[in-house]
This record gives sequence, C-alpha cells and structure tokens, in this order.
Amino acid sequence: MKLTREDVLHIARLARLGLTESELEKFREQLSNILENFEILQRVDTADIPPTAQSITLQSVVREDEVAASLPQSQVLANAPQKDRDYFRVRAVLE
Amino acid sequence: MISNHLTIHQAHQLLKAKQLSSVELTKAMLERIHQVEPKVHALVTITDELALKQAEQADKLIASGDANPLTGIPMVIKDVICTKGVRTTCSSKMLENFVPPYDATVVEKLNNRGVVVIGKANMDEFAMGSSTENSAFFPTHNPWDLSRVPGGSSGGSAAAVAVGEVIYALGSDTGGSIRQPAGFCSVTGLKPTYGRVSRYGLVAFASSLDQIGPLTQDVTDSALVLNAIAGYDNRDSTSVPYPTPDYTQCLTTDLNGLRLGVPKEYFVEGMQAEVKTAMQVAINKLEELGARVDWEVSLPHTPYALAVYYIIAPSEASANLARYDGVKYGFSYQDTDSMWEALEKTRQYGFGAEVKRRIMLGTYALSAGYYDAYYLKAQKVRTLIRREFDQAFEKFDALVTPTSPTVPFKIGEKVDDPMQMYLSDVCTLPINIAGLPAISIPAGFADGLPIGMQIIGKPFSEETLLKISYAYQQATDWHKRRPRI
Repeated sequence: MKLTREDVLHIARLARLGLTESELEKFREQLSNILENFEILQRVDTADIPPTAQSITLQSVVREDEVAASLPQSQVLANAPQKDRDYFRVRAVLE
Repeated sequence: MISNHLTIHQAHQLLKAKQLSSVELTKAMLERIHQVEPKVHALVTITDELALKQAEQADKLIASGDANPLTGIPMVIKDVICTKGVRTTCSSKMLENFVPPYDATVVEKLNNRGVVVIGKANMDEFAMGSSTENSAFFPTHNPWDLSRVPGGSSGGSAAAVAVGEVIYALGSDTGGSIRQPAGFCSVTGLKPTYGRVSRYGLVAFASSLDQIGPLTQDVTDSALVLNAIAGYDNRDSTSVPYPTPDYTQCLTTDLNGLRLGVPKEYFVEGMQAEVKTAMQVAINKLEELGARVDWEVSLPHTPYALAVYYIIAPSEASANLARYDGVKYGFSYQDTDSMWEALEKTRQYGFGAEVKRRIMLGTYALSAGYYDAYYLKAQKVRTLIRREFDQAFEKFDALVTPTSPTVPFKIGEKVDDPMQMYLSDVCTLPINIAGLPAISIPAGFADGLPIGMQIIGKPFSEETLLKISYAYQQATDWHKRRPRI
C-alpha cells in the first residue's frame, strides 16, 4: 500500500502529531513499506471467523458503586506543566 | 568479597543465616553498578539513598524473623512501571521528569515484601522496540559483547541482571520484550499468561498484549518472583480472579510423560545455523530428561503473526498514547498560544521516531475506510492463531521454539530498517497475540553470544513451564555462565 504525502499528513493530523518535511517523507516511505508487508493478511480466509479483542474470557467486570479515597488534589497537580490554583491551566479551546 | 551473581535463593539463605546483611549486599551491588554502568548503561535512574534505607528496613525485618525470600534483595524495575516518588520515564522525553503519585500494584506487592529497589531500568521508548536503541536517552550495551544490543524492550533489565548489577529485575512483555532480551543476555525471562499479573501502574502500550514478568538468573528465582507479583487485582479489570499456586512447588527434575511439540514454522528461513543446532541439542536434552518430543508440529498461521501484531499493537498504542498531550503531566510545548499547535508540537518533540511510526500505523489501521481491511482483519486472524495454539495444547503440554532466530545483533545494524527490526521478534509475537505464558531460558552460545530457548504453555500453565525449565537448568549450566566484565 503506497501512501501519498497527503495520506501521511491526514494520519498525522488525526494523531495530532507534528511532523517536519523530512520526517513526512521518511515516514511516508517506511509506513508504505510496512503496510505492504501486511497485505499477506488478505490471503487468509476469515469468513465466519469472529474477531478476538481479548485473550481472557472475563466480561463486564464491574465494581460496587462505593465511595473510596481518590488521589489528593495536590498529588494530581504535582506533575502539571501549567497550573492555576486547583486547576490545570490550558489554552483557549474556543475562540 | 560478595559474589556478583548470587541468586535470590542463595542470597536469602545468607541473609537468613546473618552471614550477610541487606545493607552490605546493597552496597556491593551499588559498587558493581558504578563499576560497570559506564560500559553497559542499563539504568536510567539509580536510587542509592532510597535503596540503602530500604536495605536497613529489610535488615530489621530479617532480624525479627519476618523475612520472606525477596526481603532485602536488590533489584531494578523497568522504567515503564510506576514507582511512587521515583521518576518513571518510559525512556522517553515525554516523561523525562514525570514522578508518579502512586506505585504500580506489582511495586506495592514487592515493597510489602521488603525488597530493595536500586533503580529504574532503561528500555525502548514506551516499550516499542527490540533492541533498547529506541531509548530517548542512550542505548544499553549487551554485557556479552558491548558492541551489540541487549535486545528490547526490556534491555536494561536483562543487561542489569546478566552483568550482576542486581539480583533480578522486572520487565514487561508485549511482543517479546522480556523473552527476547532474556535470550540475548543469557538470563531467564518469563512472560506470564495475560491476566495473571496486574497491569495497574504499568504504563500502557497495547492493553490486550502487555504483561509484567521477572528476569532472573535461574528458574527458582522466576518462581519466587512470580509468587510475589501474580494474583488478582481489582484495580485491573483484565486481572483474572484465579487463585495463585505456590510456583516453587512444581520444580522437579522428572519430565517423564510430558509431551512437547516443536512447531516447525518457528525455524524460519534466514535463521542462524548455530541457533538451529543449539535448539536441536537443547530439545534432545529435554528428551533425555524424559519428555516425549514431536518434531513435526505445524502451526500454519504463524507467518501471519507479524502482520497481526504490527496492526493490533500500534492500534492499541495509538489510543493509549493519545493521553500524552502536555496538559496534566509530561513534556509540554509552551511556545505558542494555539491549543492545536501546542498539542502537535508536544507530541512531535516528546516522542521518538519509532513511537511516532507506531502511532501513525495504528491511527491508519483504525481510520475510516481502513478499519475493516486492517484492524478487523487482524483481529480475525488473531482468532485463528489462538485456535491453532488451543488445538496444539490438546496434544502437547508445551511447545518449544528458539527465542530469536539469531544471536544479538550489532548496535546500529537494524535501526534504519523498521521491518528488519520487527522480524527479530517473529518467535515471540504469536505468544502475546494468543495471551499465553512463555519463558526464555539460556540454551547455548555461538561465538560467545547467547542463544535462548523458548517454552510456551497453555493459559495459566506457568507451573509446567517452570518445571521443564528447572529440569533443564539442573542438567545444563548455560545459565551459570557470566559475561567477562
């Protein structure tokens, strides 16, 4: 599967990854090569085969809705790049 | 003069008999670390002061008669596992200064047993890699040949154990990241069944594949560590609520009646001749020990495992790594007023090339128009791979394969060709896809470079793997050899 420059830009946009021009070209080539290697999967007959998402058979693992201690706010904010009182400081989302 | 290569069980005897104190042992390990680290570079963070405090606490526990086999014994933790108050970087610029506010469950369990954590081990960034060359900080060097890789992504953990910097280590395994470096560094590396060990506090790479496991000098030590870290955890909803046996009880030397299968697809074209020969010799040894071996087993979907893995793992990774946005923790690009630019540049500068490659692969495989052809298709082939194993385990108690098709390669040899790097995991990937347990044990050398043998079991059959490996290690001494550093 040969990717175009636009394909890579599109993927990078979806993943919110900034790329330099040279990274763009390098990844375009490498990803195309890797994806070509995945074409062999098309040879496998998977009609009527269910997908596997998990190796274990657990389902709907839930807990009782009981209040328990959470991390103290000070610890939650301890690694914050930007904070303001009890908040994480972020840039404007809306104009 | 303390041997640099005491096992857990040997050290425990000495500590119990008061022939050695944890403080003395820890100091000896720290000295060794300072001596060899300039050559090996296995560790991202060394926690000398903390370790000595833990050693003092451990000596008190030992004196009061409350010691268990892991008390007071120095180890390292792969830097992908959260340690409260001790920076946890995942060998990435993104988390270079991140200090977790909590301990992973496995760390809590070990701390409750009075272990001594000497530091955090180097790795491929976010556990993505097979050589530890993807560390954002520095590559780790294989103690058996410093110009070669230790394997990855738990290369730091494997090297630290091999070179005697610590007595054992914790690693994590998503596609082979415990077993392959164990094979490359001639140590014993166990990946438990998916769900056996809690992933709470393990920085997520691929949530349906990741598992934490021990890297040790021998199988008895693997059993001792597994005893400590295995078990149900209600904070990990993929943790299975099955009882944990005492894994040291299965260590016998009699393999009579055990049925072993050798799947021929694992002896790939391009496999190194010496590795093939070493496998034949090692499997013959298992036969001598009483096992019945079928050399003609076939798992026909094995060749598809690489593609399945490199679609599923990056897809899950693209979701798991979306959290790195510079808002709540980690690297944060500041030189802009635009939220989108901040986000994109944070991720551009915070992540290394392999991480970006995998995020993009995963994003592509999950994106509209491609989801069915890639992700869904891979999930279906995953079912076929798992069914094949299930069928094999109706006839066999375990399967035996090489851990890797080659001996450790040179640093720099495969960095420019991602596909070449991915191919070094062909023997280990299928196991994660199927969620099975597997162990790699030392099985020989080629020109002084380590060769590992992998033993794969059906789900929750760690006891069988440990038993086979124990018997092998009682009859051979590959695992006792040490690199000359």
